[in-house]
Amino acid sequence: MNVSDLTSGELRRQLKKTGIFLQTGSFVTHLHTSIPSVADGIELLYQDYPLADSHGFVDFHVRLTTPLNIRRWFKPQVFFQSDGNSPFTPLPLDQAFPMFEWGLNWCVSSHANSYLIIHAAVIEKNGYAAIMPAPPGSGKSTLCAALINRGWRLLSDELTLVRVIDGKIVPLPRPVSLKNQSIDIIRQYAPGAVFSRKVSDTVKGTVAHMKPPSGSVAQASEIAQPGWIIFPKYQAGANAHLERQPKARAFMRLADNCFNYSLLGLKGFETVANMIDQAMSYDFTYSILDEAVEIFDALAPPLST
Amino acid sequence: MSPSTLVLRAFREPDSLVSLGLAEWDLLLRQVRHANLLARLYTVLEERSLLQQVPSQPLEHLNWAYVVLDKHAQAVRWEVMQIRKALADVDIPIILLKGAAYALAKLPHARGRIFSDIDILVPKNRLNEVEAALMLNGWAVMDLDAYDQHYYRTWMHELPPMQHHKRMTVIDVHHAIMPQTAHVRPDSEKLCAAASELPEYPGLKVLNPTDMVLHSAAHLLHDSELDHGLRDLVDIDSLLRQFCSLPNFWPNLVERAKEIELTRTLFYALRYAVYVLGTPVPAEAINAARIGRPSRFTLFIMDPLFHRALMPDHPSCSDWLTGIARWLLYIRANWLRMPPLLLARHLFHKAFISPRHK
Repeated sequence: MNVSDLTSGELRRQLKKTGIFLQTGSFVTHLHTSIPSVADGIELLYQDYPLADSHGFVDFHVRLTTPLNIRRWFKPQVFFQSDGNSPFTPLPLDQAFPMFEWGLNWCVSSHANSYLIIHAAVIEKNGYAAIMPAPPGSGKSTLCAALINRGWRLLSDELTLVRVIDGKIVPLPRPVSLKNQSIDIIRQYAPGAVFSRKVSDTVKGTVAHMKPPSGSVAQASEIAQPGWIIFPKYQAGANAHLERQPKARAFMRLADNCFNYSLLGLKGFETVANMIDQAMSYDFTYSILDEAVEIFDALAPPLST
Repeated sequence: MSPSTLVLRAFREPDSLVSLGLAEWDLLLRQVRHANLLARLYTVLEERSLLQQVPSQPLEHLNWAYVVLDKHAQAVRWEVMQIRKALADVDIPIILLKGAAYALAKLPHARGRIFSDIDILVPKNRLNEVEAALMLNGWAVMDLDAYDQHYYRTWMHELPPMQHHKRMTVIDVHHAIMPQTAHVRPDSEKLCAAASELPEYPGLKVLNPTDMVLHSAAHLLHDSELDHGLRDLVDIDSLLRQFCSLPNFWPNLVERAKEIELTRTLFYALRYAVYVLGTPVPAEAINAARIGRPSRFTLFIMDPLFHRALMPDHPSCSDWLTGIARWLLYIRANWLRMPPLLLARHLFHKAFISPRHK
């Protein structure tokens, strides 16, 4: 059963009363909230996601609540709770849905240590994954959103999960987070794409989330092989340009973008080293999305060494 | 067994966990996580070769905790070596306390015990040298206002916590195991004199077995927070199980409690370890420890308070009295730390003056 099998009223009632058991990638999240904007976001962007057994095992118990004091009414706030703990300070109520997305990312990145977790967008074609690690502002989510509207499969726009035991990439497709001008750029680039309401004045500026393609959600259990590690950089007016990265430098940059590299110790080192050996590493500069897509589509499969 | 006691079952009869259903595993892991005992549960199951029988989803969470456990053990050893190096010129024996002591003494229950600060005990007359040496090696007192500095340095049994500026690790330097203002003040010289050298680590010592148990008990029963109550009780349970085979351990334990004024503490620790975790304490030891027994009326009040506050701070382990119980025990712990007037002054400052400086 998928979220779309529930009527709007039924979804809201369940979210409020018992919570829903949402399957995203290999994780089950028990989400409980009576905040309407969160229900709106779930209804719009999570339609294709399966609902898990409500009597089974849950990975993350998440609640979004409004405080029981004056801040419920006056400048209202929202709290993110992970099984009763509040890892973040509260945000304005208007940011409840983005907070759910960020909070769920935190749940994964601070617990799931059977993966090397890289702060990177990751997409797939023909079994090979293109991993795009980059600091905020480099345009990785924009590029990722464009590519998944042109035939690439979304594995994740934020958290690349590399399974430590075999180095394979495990998908965690979730809505794609877009900021500021990127929102309208992708709206124009992919007129059919579905977006959540824009929320302004967040720490990241104005944000909106884009619904992931149904196919990516349906294929969430299909793992991929690291194919290319691409460090993207948006540069106004630049021609799309791909340049090989020396392995040592790519290693350090990749390790820098990991959440749990040092926690994993030797295994973290080995996992990064294997990725660097298996995949081709590039620097990528771009300004026009169509040119970027053309270059990605022409990427040669990595040499199997 | 009711859902609230699943976490206790994990430590009382771990073998029975293999029959749990998925929903029960879900609840159990939530409870142990709130008690900071998830990694410990991993080692309990591992020691009994039960991990293979855990269903895949909860096993995945246990494996996540194992990664933390593995890194933690390594980090603790490294940090202690850094501390030993920093204090090499001070030329005093460094006595490790609590988590760091269990880890470096390689006590079985140290594996899976996750903690954040390293605690050491040094002679009071060498405190200044120790603080100076730590500062020269990169540790600094954490950002505290003048009152908090005064609070630690005048009344407490430790320096204000010091943090390393690069590694962000925290060390608590103690000169005693109870505050200078407390009702009972175990003699630090007696503890230091009985401490034993760690053969593998010259220059480092740990408390002797009876003192280790008594310190663990004092920490549990006099700590104002109690947020790791069950974890600390599991410590006591493990220490008792580990040391009970030493010759004359139980009589020595009671005798030592008399010497260092901790008979009441020992009485409570044994009482709740037996009640909550089923620790095997011989009847003679229970009887001998009764010299520390409070009045019937006090016990009538204390039992329900501790039974609630020792459970994980999770809704499934709480009832409508849990919050009140924790609050009352917080008051009690502070009451035991300071005489009434000083306590009133301290709480007044914390309530009305400290917030104005924030």
